[in-house]
Amino acid sequence: MAYFCPHIFIVMIETDIIIVGAGPCGLFTVFEAGLLKLRCHLIDSLPEPGGQCAEIYPKKPIFDIPAFPEVLAGDLVNHLMKQIEPFKPGFTLGESAVSIDKDEDDNFIVTTDRGTKHKAPIVAIAGGLGVFTPRKPPIAELPNFEDKGVEYIIKDPEVYRDKDVVISGGGDSALDWTIFLADGVAKSVTLVHRRQGFKGHPDSAQKVLDLAESGKIRFISDADVIGVEGNGKVETLVIKHKTEGELRVNTDHWVPLFGLTPKLGPIADWGLDIEKNAIKVDTFDYSTNIPGIYAIGDVNTYPGKLKLILCGFHEGTLMVQSAFKRIFPDKNLVLKYTTVNGVTGFEE
Amino acid sequence: MSFVNITVIDREGAEHKLEGPTDMNMNMMELCKAAELPVEGTCGGMAMCASCHCYVESENSLPEMSGDEEDMLDEAFFVEDNSRLGCQLHLNDNLEGLVVRLAPESA
Repeated sequence: MAYFCPHIFIVMIETDIIIVGAGPCGLFTVFEAGLLKLRCHLIDSLPEPGGQCAEIYPKKPIFDIPAFPEVLAGDLVNHLMKQIEPFKPGFTLGESAVSIDKDEDDNFIVTTDRGTKHKAPIVAIAGGLGVFTPRKPPIAELPNFEDKGVEYIIKDPEVYRDKDVVISGGGDSALDWTIFLADGVAKSVTLVHRRQGFKGHPDSAQKVLDLAESGKIRFISDADVIGVEGNGKVETLVIKHKTEGELRVNTDHWVPLFGLTPKLGPIADWGLDIEKNAIKVDTFDYSTNIPGIYAIGDVNTYPGKLKLILCGFHEGTLMVQSAFKRIFPDKNLVLKYTTVNGVTGFEE
Repeated sequence: MSFVNITVIDREGAEHKLEGPTDMNMNMMELCKAAELPVEGTCGGMAMCASCHCYVESENSLPEMSGDEEDMLDEAFFVEDNSRLGCQLHLNDNLEGLVVRLAPESA
């Protein structure tokens, strides 16, 4: 359903179950919900489905998925996507769920950081360890300069046109953006890195070293930014070199790229019972203290909890049974085996 | 069951004397978690999060750092020359008398 407001175009995505988190547990829940003819829509802050499996360890093997003696985490996600394809799940990717409200019909409205709204009678939180957020260097004055010259993610490279830019880090993002911005975009690019070797791809590392050699960028190795100074915006960085002491570099922007780390984030403020960064649930159906909101997978906790993908699959399976009874209190649910009935997906 | 004696100094400076079993394929991150010390172990021990970052303050002979561990410490904060990831320190007889200090949590 879409309708016009005077100034903005608002889209309301409607479904049966809003799943917050598109990791393996959230994905498999689409399958189990689909068998009960319940539709799902997933929200994830990452641009691709798969959660930790895709973001942290896509090339690592997993050995405890039943019937798979060994499967790469990335392949597990691909298999799950294929398995749920008949049930046509919707996705809101690259956006994180920030708030939850109720409408007059007792439906939940989940809104993302970009304002996308989702409506459903059931919400399943499958948020894993939380929203992947950039690692921020431990510099006390840093928050004063966020979006005033300090950016943790490069969204629009045009922001850096004809500017002096300092990038920190040694991973692929740091290397790729150094190469990109040095190619006629920024006025000057300085890369500050803790050591001489890089975590990023060897080809990119070589390109960066070549750029430094030819004077197109400045590369300060064995060094770390330890201070930011400026009047209302970034003007100078204080850099500590391992052997040569402190130096100061004037710049318009500092982009620290130290990877992503998961944080529970706004879900912590949804009124749910939280214990040690996890949502407390009833193991009867993985319901939370708020009727209609469930929590499955790594994000929940209960006596005997094990953070295993295997257990998350089980939790999602039982949870949709309870969700069905909540949506259709007068209907009886009979367990049907896929081997007998096959899998009948949705038409559209 | 055989043990090594390990001291973990938490972020408040308190010392915890732990017995680390050497025959259960455990690492320092897991030992800290089992003792309910504030170590997250977010990635489960794959050297991919640095939430078990610690400083080794004793002279034990330790395994060489793998490329993965070195890369991860590259992106961590408060890194010193004696920094290691607890998850990469597997409990064995070489760790008798090990003293580690938990690194500060990063934001």
